[in-house]
Amino acid sequence: MLKFEKAVFAQDEFAISADLAVAAARVTAVIGPSGAGKSTLLHGIAGFVPQTGGRLWWQDSDICERAPDKRPVSMLFQDNNLFPHLTVLQNVALALTPKLRPAQEVVAQVEDMLTKVGLAGKSQRRPGGLSGGQQSRVALARALLQDRPVMLMDEPFSALGPALKDEMLDLSLSLAGDRTVIMVTHDPTDAVRIADEVIGVAEGTAWPPVATSVFMSNPPGPMRSYFGSSVSHHID
Amino acid sequence: MAQRAFAIIAALTVAGAVIVPVAAVLWRGGGATALSAADWAALRFTVWQAFWSAAISVALAVPVARALARRAFWGRSALISVMGAPFILPVIVAILGLLAVFGGNGAVNLVLGGLGLPKMDVYGAHGVILAHVFFNLPLAVRLILQGWLSIPSERFQLAASLGAPLFLLLEWPMLKRTAPGAFAVIFVICLGSFAVALTLGGGPRATTVELAIYQAFKFDFDLGKAASLAVVQLLLGGVAGLAALALARGEMLGAGLDRVVQRWDGSRLVDGVWITLAAAFLLLPLGAVLLAGLPGLLDLPASIWPAMLRSLIISLAAVVLTIALALPLATRAGEAASLLGISVSGLVLGTGLFLLLQPVVRPQDAALPVTLLVNVLMSLPFVLRILRPGVESAEADFGRLGQSLGLQGWALWRIVYLPRLRRPLGFAAGLTGALAMGDLGVITLFSRPGEGTLPLLMYQLMGAYQMEAAYGAALILVGLSLGLFWMFDKGGRVHAEV
Repeated sequence: MLKFEKAVFAQDEFAISADLAVAAARVTAVIGPSGAGKSTLLHGIAGFVPQTGGRLWWQDSDICERAPDKRPVSMLFQDNNLFPHLTVLQNVALALTPKLRPAQEVVAQVEDMLTKVGLAGKSQRRPGGLSGGQQSRVALARALLQDRPVMLMDEPFSALGPALKDEMLDLSLSLAGDRTVIMVTHDPTDAVRIADEVIGVAEGTAWPPVATSVFMSNPPGPMRSYFGSSVSHHID
Repeated sequence: MAQRAFAIIAALTVAGAVIVPVAAVLWRGGGATALSAADWAALRFTVWQAFWSAAISVALAVPVARALARRAFWGRSALISVMGAPFILPVIVAILGLLAVFGGNGAVNLVLGGLGLPKMDVYGAHGVILAHVFFNLPLAVRLILQGWLSIPSERFQLAASLGAPLFLLLEWPMLKRTAPGAFAVIFVICLGSFAVALTLGGGPRATTVELAIYQAFKFDFDLGKAASLAVVQLLLGGVAGLAALALARGEMLGAGLDRVVQRWDGSRLVDGVWITLAAAFLLLPLGAVLLAGLPGLLDLPASIWPAMLRSLIISLAAVVLTIALALPLATRAGEAASLLGISVSGLVLGTGLFLLLQPVVRPQDAALPVTLLVNVLMSLPFVLRILRPGVESAEADFGRLGQSLGLQGWALWRIVYLPRLRRPLGFAAGLTGALAMGDLGVITLFSRPGEGTLPLLMYQLMGAYQMEAAYGAALILVGLSLGLFWMFDKGGRVHAEV
């Protein structure tokens, strides 16, 4: 369980507070209007945005003081997920080692993961030579290979077309296994497609998660005015 | 943490390398005699020539920049590139080129003589200003051209459709914004002029403070006087440098001048004349060096090879040291620290280092290391100006990704920053190498005969009236300077992925 105990994350005069718990091994969507603080919340969990109040617990340990790479999380960013000057192999191998010429067993693990995400034989390409969908697969492979219990996704497939986005969401979920997945999206259909629960974010506050179907039919608090009329038809 | 430590060490090194020699100068200068009449004359001349050099450069740059902004023609982008060249051209080479065109037996005087007109004399105050305009007109053109190209083309379309007066509406406000900055930058550059004054100036009516420091040092060996003059130069450069920093806008080394604004006014003929005159003024002296240098290659003395080797070593060492200091300093605070170096002139630093070294070693034995150090300090502000945007964008784009992967310290630099910085690093290294290769400054204070750099050897050949050999040496020097620049710059571009 990822537990926010009166947690406040603040950056550049913008703050978001959260007092809630995210169930382990479930998929939770974070949705809300632009500028509400969805990404700030996610980057707070990852350790990029300073935590200015409260505590953040993963299972029984307080992680709010830890550096980003010492937290139990891997992250798929909105953009700049890959180093353009490195090959696919090097990009993915960074999940395991800072060596640019990784050892044979690391290469084998990377190739294996690339096959799982559908990129067999592409390991020597550079990101510039791949399509947008393929680049997303590389980033996904790296996040999976980092093998952290929590996978954070900050609208990682928003640049893809609708069909490709759905395909990537399904692939991510099928490979995520029993990881705890927290995904930011501005599109309620994404939440309906993959999320067990939804955290609504509005006016600098993250609301405790509720089951996706409940959220869509009866959004909590101020979410109603944002989603009240528009979301109900997504459920049909 | 280690990152921060490097930054602090680098900043302290730079600040110390500037402040300690300056303190030595101040300490010696304090006990020295008051300024003589000749010193005051040097101060007056320094300000006077800097004022006119800057004023003429900017005044001429306005019509040239306007012509370049609104005319598309064959060779336009090549001409704009060439206008970046004087920055890395060895001063002594350009002076030789100017002598070939404007000197006693130069092309201009041949024409004037043929027409029965009096000859012009390139030595003295006029020559100093002429050379300064040669170096700084291209800089002024580029700065002002940036201003012109920053006016959105829609505004020109709107003004044209309204029949509104373009100059008052669009151009005058832009010039009011850019011209004072261009003037200030050139004024400061000319205040610190040494090599030009050394070769074309001199005497009671054309001696700059920098040249006076050199003379006090070299001919009178009056360290007290040199120190007092160095204090004068320090105050002059410091005050003017701060003023220029406040006024100067725009990127001195900026790219992206390839655009032409479509306009519906002005005379093609007049614009053509301005562009032709500017191109001739810049290209003829360079062409003259090339032409006279080729046969001169056969007359080169054997001393050219060791001088060349020393210059190459200094250049390459300056590249390595400058980049090593610049990388940890590529922050806003670091750039501010490095500006210390640009407000202090090379000869002031040289004087200070001489005073410091004198009790310990014979300064002549340290000529090359001192030249190297001064070159590093002089290049650093430019290099940081080039690198900082690259470091900042790499950090903005990939900082969090690197953090999430646990990349720190050297691994972070190796995997993220250095590959992202390849192009600006190549450009910065090229610039440093070329500047150090062509520098004729502090080496003149220290060097023993036969132990100088290539620019110094060239200056000595000119002084001995071995003009053929001087032209040959100039050709080699310009080849090495531009070659170093090209090699590093190209190295940064090859395989630089997106």
